Amino acid sequence: MKKYMKGKSCEDHCVLQHSNRICVITLAETHPVLRKGSKIKSINYRISDGCSRLNNKVSGKSKRGGQFLTEFAPLCRITCTDNVEYTIFSCIRGRLLEVNEDIIMSPDLLLEKPSTEGYIAVILPKLEESKRVTNSLLTREQYEEVVSKRTTQQPQPC
Amino acid sequence: MLSLKEKDRPIVRKLLDAGCCARCVLRFCCVGKYASYQNSCQDINKELLAFLSQADSGQSHDASGQDQADNPPCKKMKLESVRAGEEASAEPPALEAQPDAQPATCVTCLGVLQDFCHQSFVTQVCEVVKKGGYQFDSLLLAVSLPAQLSVREHSCWLHIKKELREKSMCVDKEDVVQVKDAFKWAIQALVGRELGASMLFNSAFEVSIGFTHAETDGDCHFLATACSDCFKPAKNKASVFTRMAVVKALEKISDEEFLRQYPCPPARPATKCTPLETTCLHSSVFIAGRYNKFSRELPQTPWVIDGERRMEGSVEELIAAPLLSSFRADAFNFSSSGREDVDVRTLGNAALFMFSWLCNCEFIESKICSSVQTINASSDKIRVRDLQIVTREAMGRMKEGEEEKTKSYSALIWTKKAITKADLDVIGNIKELKIDQKTPLRVLHRRPLAVRQRTIHSMSASYLDTHHFTLLLRTQAGTYIKEFVHGDFGRTKPNLGGLMETEADILELDVESVDVDWPPAVPE
Repeated sequence: MKKYMKGKSCEDHCVLQHSNRICVITLAETHPVLRKGSKIKSINYRISDGCSRLNNKVSGKSKRGGQFLTEFAPLCRITCTDNVEYTIFSCIRGRLLEVNEDIIMSPDLLLEKPSTEGYIAVILPKLEESKRVTNSLLTREQYEEVVSKRTTQQPQPC
Repeated sequence: MLSLKEKDRPIVRKLLDAGCCARCVLRFCCVGKYASYQNSCQDINKELLAFLSQADSGQSHDASGQDQADNPPCKKMKLESVRAGEEASAEPPALEAQPDAQPATCVTCLGVLQDFCHQSFVTQVCEVVKKGGYQFDSLLLAVSLPAQLSVREHSCWLHIKKELREKSMCVDKEDVVQVKDAFKWAIQALVGRELGASMLFNSAFEVSIGFTHAETDGDCHFLATACSDCFKPAKNKASVFTRMAVVKALEKISDEEFLRQYPCPPARPATKCTPLETTCLHSSVFIAGRYNKFSRELPQTPWVIDGERRMEGSVEELIAAPLLSSFRADAFNFSSSGREDVDVRTLGNAALFMFSWLCNCEFIESKICSSVQTINASSDKIRVRDLQIVTREAMGRMKEGEEEKTKSYSALIWTKKAITKADLDVIGNIKELKIDQKTPLRVLHRRPLAVRQRTIHSMSASYLDTHHFTLLLRTQAGTYIKEFVHGDFGRTKPNLGGLMETEADILELDVESVDVDWPPAVPE
């Protein structure tokens, strides 16, 4: 799995892309939820009255029925114990295959193992869009450059 | 000689009168002896006439008036058999004999059992087979006849139904010998002799002989109105009057309705059947065996993406190539019981494969032996054994085994935390561990998303160093071992890392054996 980073005003997400084009959305280590040191109060996959990511059901090899997401589609909302709410985004275009329900019951998983068992969601981009998805993300090197620029420009954390 | 009984006499008489040939008469008398059909038409005819002339006029049910009526047809038959006899004493009858020297074409078999049961036709058929260059030790004859023969047969049967029933309480239409069978009985010895092959009902090599008779194709048409539900127009069939449909309609139609619409006995044809081009066909042959894969860089099947070869070679190609050249095959099917990853070795008796193709050469045991040697000599990446011919049904057994058998693996494990031998003892104590595996991410792009419950039957671990050990496992078929070790983002639960309270990863995996005893072992 290769890592590609996507930032949204410092709320960095890390997209792990497999050679078979499947993507796992996780939080990057610089995401405030992981940086802050406060615990997670709740994780809510119900992003609106009409839409809950928990209702996502796919069937068959072609994964029919999976909710199609654009880059700014919300996956879930995380509320920390300091009552600040963060929205986690898809970051890429593709079909939502599954969301990690384990972190609802055990949010510590997200804090302790954000890149493995604490993943947020699994998304399958369209075959023809797969390369474009990769190109829209930052490589590890590019990400680290952005992050280092951030800390020199703005001393206070995001 | 013909083993005909008293009761057969009226049947023989009536059928000869109606215009049936000698072999058809034997069929309706339910004569089951092959040899009876192998004599020439003329000889059988002579015997029938001799049989008839033995009739005691007092024995027949009919009055002497019947006897009188018999004489003219008998005379006619005698005349014809004498003429035919004259022909026979000269050259073997050519296919284009003068019309007046030949007996009339049979109303039931339309000449199939008259003019195509002798050596010269057999030679014609065998020429086609020989030209094809096929290799075979055995063959089976497939005969296809025009559908209207069933109609004519039915008509003749109704014609003598009364007499047949009187002959025996349990003679039914099914007891009458079929034209196809009589034809095969008449010629198969000749075919076998000429081609040097034995006639076997389950031979893989099929020789098809067919006939048409355009003149009487219309015979079936009345059935379409009488039993319209039997005839459904099919786009890919030339005529809606298929043999099956006609047979079905004849089963349904009442005797009265049939007799209303079709002459009984059937009308005499002016011409005889025309033979179609003889064709040959080899059915699929199936070979099964076991293989070992010793390389961690060899895929099961050719790995090609977008026309580009991603990795050289494949198990399938290494096994198929020598088999294809030994047994002249154009296309083939290769299937194996387990689909192991490229980087996994298969040792022991672990892997089964099956290979099938349309073969036009017969097997000799040695060809299999030599194929095994050729494959094993060609590459050190694989090895095959227990190669043997199996049946089509065997494919099902192999797939069934895939779902049910247990497999044994050995794996090289890395752990993040430092481990001691004591940590590994815990693993050895775990038995019948049930795990839930979501479809691994690495195959999720081409498999449906699902959760599979599998059982790890037993495990044992051998310490290597503080971060490595060898793990042996016996698991249910279909278990994803790699995912059991590293957990696949927690989507396989429980997993080895979790059980050992560390991160774990798999560095190498081998399949050691599979608990299945099929196909049977073949000694080297």
